[in-house]
Amino acid sequence: MDRAITPMLEVRRLHKVYEDASRTVEAIRDISFSVGQGEMVCIVGPSGAGKTTLLKCIAGLLAPSSGGVILEGQPVAGPPPAMAVVFQEYGRSLFPWMTVRDNVALPLKQKKMTAARREELVRNALAAVDLAGVNGAYPWQLSGGMQQRVAIARAVAYEPHVLLMDEPFAAVDAQTRADLEDLIRVLWHRLRVTVLFVTHDIDESVYLGQRVLVMSHAPAVVMEDVAIDLPDDRTQLETRSMARFGELRKHIYSKIQLAKQGWRPPSE
Amino acid sequence: MSHAGPTPFVRRLAVVLALPVALVATWWFASAGSQSFYFPPLQTILQTFLKLWFSPQAVEKVAPSLARFSIGYLAAALLGIAIGVPVGASRNLRNVLEPVLEFLRAIPPPVLVPMLILFTGVGDEMKTLVIVFGCIWPVLLNTVAGVRALDDVLAEVVRSYRIGAFARWWHFVLPGASPQIFAGLRQSLSIGIILMVVSEMFAASNGIGFALVQYQRTFAIPEMWAGIILLGVIGIVLSLIFRAIEARILGWYYGLRRSQRAN
Amino acid sequence: MPAEAAKKTAKLSARTQAWLQGLAGLAGFALVLEIVPRVGLVSPLYLPPFSAIVAALFEETTSAMFWAALGATMRAWAIGFVISVVAGVVIGIVIGSSPMLRTLTRSTIEFLRPIPSVALIPLAVLLFGSQIQSTLILVVYASFWQVLIQVLYGVQDVDPVARETARSYGLGPWAQIRYVTWPTTLPYLMTGVRLAAAVSLILAVTSEVVIGSQGLGKEISDTQSGGAVAIMYAYVIVTGIIGVILNLAARALERRVLAWHPSIRLDTVEAGG
Repeated sequence: MDRAITPMLEVRRLHKVYEDASRTVEAIRDISFSVGQGEMVCIVGPSGAGKTTLLKCIAGLLAPSSGGVILEGQPVAGPPPAMAVVFQEYGRSLFPWMTVRDNVALPLKQKKMTAARREELVRNALAAVDLAGVNGAYPWQLSGGMQQRVAIARAVAYEPHVLLMDEPFAAVDAQTRADLEDLIRVLWHRLRVTVLFVTHDIDESVYLGQRVLVMSHAPAVVMEDVAIDLPDDRTQLETRSMARFGELRKHIYSKIQLAKQGWRPPSE
Repeated sequence: MSHAGPTPFVRRLAVVLALPVALVATWWFASAGSQSFYFPPLQTILQTFLKLWFSPQAVEKVAPSLARFSIGYLAAALLGIAIGVPVGASRNLRNVLEPVLEFLRAIPPPVLVPMLILFTGVGDEMKTLVIVFGCIWPVLLNTVAGVRALDDVLAEVVRSYRIGAFARWWHFVLPGASPQIFAGLRQSLSIGIILMVVSEMFAASNGIGFALVQYQRTFAIPEMWAGIILLGVIGIVLSLIFRAIEARILGWYYGLRRSQRAN
Repeated sequence: MPAEAAKKTAKLSARTQAWLQGLAGLAGFALVLEIVPRVGLVSPLYLPPFSAIVAALFEETTSAMFWAALGATMRAWAIGFVISVVAGVVIGIVIGSSPMLRTLTRSTIEFLRPIPSVALIPLAVLLFGSQIQSTLILVVYASFWQVLIQVLYGVQDVDPVARETARSYGLGPWAQIRYVTWPTTLPYLMTGVRLAAAVSLILAVTSEVVIGSQGLGKEISDTQSGGAVAIMYAYVIVTGIIGVILNLAARALERRVLAWHPSIRLDTVEAGG
């Protein structure tokens, strides 16, 4: 895959502190990395590491305490139109009073386009996630996996340059998760979109990503940027039983164990 | 293969009508030869009912009441929602205003009638305003509660997709708060009916409440009963209309709760 | 130093902050009520300044008539409320426990329920004039339905598995009610009690205002026609305070009773607000 000279997404010395009446929590101490155009990068770390905080800062939903995020050369000050987010709580991220079709179409109404174009995007997006037949259904009539597909379709229809996913498959069963992981790989290939995928599941991060950023415990920093040198054509059965898969997995797992014990990389 | 006996529809109809018909029949026959002054035969009451309320003058009596009620109720609903949304969205506004609003809501609405007479006399304005002032509180407070309880994940979805101000209000805030809002509207409906009648009984020159008081004072007993039945019918009809509208707008909500309960 | 001062106010818990803001709101409201008549925006004949109302209120509390009126209202409220709750619970459990009774009575209940209690005023006046029975007719007719509907919801919500288990253990109908039906119904009953308390107050005062039964409502009506405006508002405030106290008491009772229960009830929306 060609890598553009300027990275698609740059995170520079991101620092985030939460303050309330009783205490101060430093969620993110110093995180810097960049993502090239069309890359699939996974972020993995122990629970409570601040992964969601990081994702929300990148998405423009949360303002960092210092440092910043650059998207396509522009600093991110609020949710940018070139980004779409898929949240973990699929049940709560879809509007229960709208049909599937209306859910997917709603963000498009903000972008200037004809109704015909909008319908085309919706149709294609739903077909891309294998949900062509449920246009008129309501989200609560669908299974969990299907609801998450609708959320993904909504993000895809938005035609984003960067797709952010916040532990999207954490709350579905294992079989559905496997299907959805493969769906993401397929969509990523087809749409050539840049994907930033946050997960706590190490196997998933190795299976999906070209790179895996391992995060430490809060206050978070990037422990290591692991290059995943598995072949591009991945299947659940074959790829996961490869020796290299096991090595990468073990490597990341041990790094996470270190993180849990409080080990941190020496500061620059 | 068809069953012997009544069809399911007929059976359902029979079940629905069984007790009401039995009660009405009991009333009819128990009061048939009645000499009691206060409890005339049901037959007389029904005859009077038809004579009274199916005549042209009936419209004159009933229309003003319903008009005042409708205007007052709708105004209260719109104002309640319009004020409730910004208050519900702002934590500070909520904290400051909630005690005052809860106090105003706790004042029994009929008390407003003598109060408003001071300001606006006994005319139409009083009767309409009293309905507005009585009905606004449940709508307002329930709107506040509904807006406050909006799902924060959904709120983040709205933000992340940069959904604009109007669309946010129309597609997210209002529908999200609508179950709570309708609960408030339901309470306001009963309060509105009470105020409509009370304001007319207390001081009026037209309307159903006024007519009822007149019948009672002049001991026109069958007419009084006919008026009571009419008020009952009005209450039932308004309730049915409300439920029909609610079912249309909140259909998704019933489905959602059903599916949640199934899991 | 401003930074330290900011930290100090930030130290106030959110709850205390909310309390203070609420008090500020009430104070602001009183202030508006004080200023508006004095400035002449509204004639002080229709709306006396807040201080005058408060003064009238304090003076009324020294008069026996005030306490008699308050007592009469509370008496009518209490009797009507208790009758409604007891009748609602008993009839609700009886009807709810039998599917046949439920289907038979459903249409009647849906038919009678929306009939406004105030429609009975002329009949009540004819039969009982301005005695307490008139008030009780209105109060009970309105509040009974609130309790009944909630109890019916509750009985319907009983887990069929639990009921089957109870039956298979040989529990008789009384024991079933005690151990299975009642705990499930209790949260709904609490909602019904809260609604009935408010509705009972509304109808009690309605009866006093319209029919002239003894009580706070009658005082309000009399003082209005007699021109003692400040005293009228004083009574209005008293009714509001009673309403608030009843609401708080009902909610406190609800919380205490439900502290023993997992949240098995649907939210307040479905239960009628």
